[in-house]
Amino acid sequence: MAEQNNSYKLTKKDRLSVFWRSQFLQASWNYERMQNVGWAYAMIPALKKLYTTKEDRAEALKRHLEFFNTHPYLASPILGVTLTLEEEKAAGAEIDNAAIQGVKIGMMGPLAGVGDPIFWGTIRPVLGAFAASMALSGNIMGPIIFFLAWNLIRMGFLWNTQELGYRQGSNITQNLGGGVMQKITQGASILGMFIMGVLVPRWTTMNFPTVVSKVVFDPAKNAQDADKIVDFTSLISGANQGKLETSQIREVAAQIQQGRSISGEQVTTLGDIFNQLIPGLMPLLLTFLCIYLLRKKVSPIVIIFGLFVVGILGYVLGIFA
Amino acid sequence: MSIITVTLVILVAFLAGMEGILDEFQFHQPIIACTLIGLATGHMAEGLFLGGTLQLIALGWMNIGAAVAPDAALASIAAAILVTMKGASVSEGIALAIPLAVAGQVLTIFVRSITVGLAHGADKKAREGSFRGVEMFHMIALCLQGIRIVIPAAIILAVPATAVTTGLAAIPDWVTGGLAVAGGFIVAVGYAMVINMMATPKLWPFFFLGFALAAVSELNLIAMGLIGVVLALVYLQLAPEFNGGNNNGGNNNSSGGDPLDDILNDY
Repeated sequence: MAEQNNSYKLTKKDRLSVFWRSQFLQASWNYERMQNVGWAYAMIPALKKLYTTKEDRAEALKRHLEFFNTHPYLASPILGVTLTLEEEKAAGAEIDNAAIQGVKIGMMGPLAGVGDPIFWGTIRPVLGAFAASMALSGNIMGPIIFFLAWNLIRMGFLWNTQELGYRQGSNITQNLGGGVMQKITQGASILGMFIMGVLVPRWTTMNFPTVVSKVVFDPAKNAQDADKIVDFTSLISGANQGKLETSQIREVAAQIQQGRSISGEQVTTLGDIFNQLIPGLMPLLLTFLCIYLLRKKVSPIVIIFGLFVVGILGYVLGIFA
Repeated sequence: MSIITVTLVILVAFLAGMEGILDEFQFHQPIIACTLIGLATGHMAEGLFLGGTLQLIALGWMNIGAAVAPDAALASIAAAILVTMKGASVSEGIALAIPLAVAGQVLTIFVRSITVGLAHGADKKAREGSFRGVEMFHMIALCLQGIRIVIPAAIILAVPATAVTTGLAAIPDWVTGGLAVAGGFIVAVGYAMVINMMATPKLWPFFFLGFALAAVSELNLIAMGLIGVVLALVYLQLAPEFNGGNNNGGNNNSSGGDPLDDILNDY
């Protein structure tokens, strides 16, 4: 067995320092090697501990300034694994630069694919929508809950997966392949799609004021119409003679609750017809149109501008209100 | 506007600019950025309302791979300054936020290109074995991303409120009315972006289940979230693709069960 030397062992303090710095992974994101400097920046506390000569340090820094790009949170398990590899290398194990680079590249692709749907596709939209609905009702707890919940989840995830990677070392690639990640991704996607289905009819506003039909009720011409409008006559005569009774008001209120017409006419708008089919039908169709356009590679910003044009035209023509 | 207000607004703009690239603490999300500007300027209610509305629009904005999303940081900060300090209405702020998000996108790409040069500076320091040199270039890049929002914010701060309000008042009713109407359904684009990324044939039924429940029931979002979590758990227990592993034996350890449970037990 190789001689154990404590200077080749990273302490919890070192690992916490890497964890803290990993939150700045993307600070110098660039089009050439993407997260490379951020990666090296996060590794520095460990490299400082493990390598003492100038040559070793230069070598280690160069090794970690190679191309790197993944989901910023899923870099943590990769950092953990790399920490173990660097520990072993510093202690004298035969690990060459290509092996370390191979582990990094091998993990960053699949893990990015897991992080995007879970963090960007599910947790943030769900938390954001929940917080926005609180904010729109004037509740300051909306942004506070968003900030605290997000950062608790994120930091908990960063630290725990980094530790998991550190403990498991290079075995982690096989462990993650065992269907766990697939399960988590699938579960998160189900929740995400379900909530998206909820949001579409709830928080999209589309009013179609166009009048499709207008029926005027006239008891003088049609005797049955008397049952369709609220009967105010007894109320008026009672009030004018100073003999208004609660029972009369109750009677009027009951008629309103039955859905009788107050104004003596019944107006049906285009929006009412859509809502009779199912509320939220038009927002649903609009969402599908947007998905179709996105799949045709139309940029989201072009679609947003297009919808603004549609909104202005619709408003001028009286289709929307 | 006092020195303290201006300083606080600039500070929030700097934080939001840095977060626009880091995407960690989420200071660039409208709900946080607009509320903080609202707090700094003493117009919290407007900031909160603007932030909530913009947040719904920005639900689907995300940086994936090398792609740059519309810039929530510049959109939130600039719109919030206009609404809380320059007398713009919330719906005007929302309408202005969209072109600002595009402008911010261009600025982000610009800074990301400059950073290529900074990364080469870091390479040079690495050859000398200088940790501090690498750290320095990293932090310069981060500050550039902060400044990318601070400069436009300072320009908007410098424009007198009267100029902004007369400018906004000159916009005819059909534009503001139309933009307000469009603001009601523009969120569909955000939903579409999220759905487009996740949708698979297996997942569509869950979308329609959510849609139907939301359209015809009064359940609130917490109840809906619970239903969603339960659905996901039930699916994972029943789905054949997660239950076929029992007969191949092999690499699973002695419990023979769910690898997720094993990991949870390890903690």
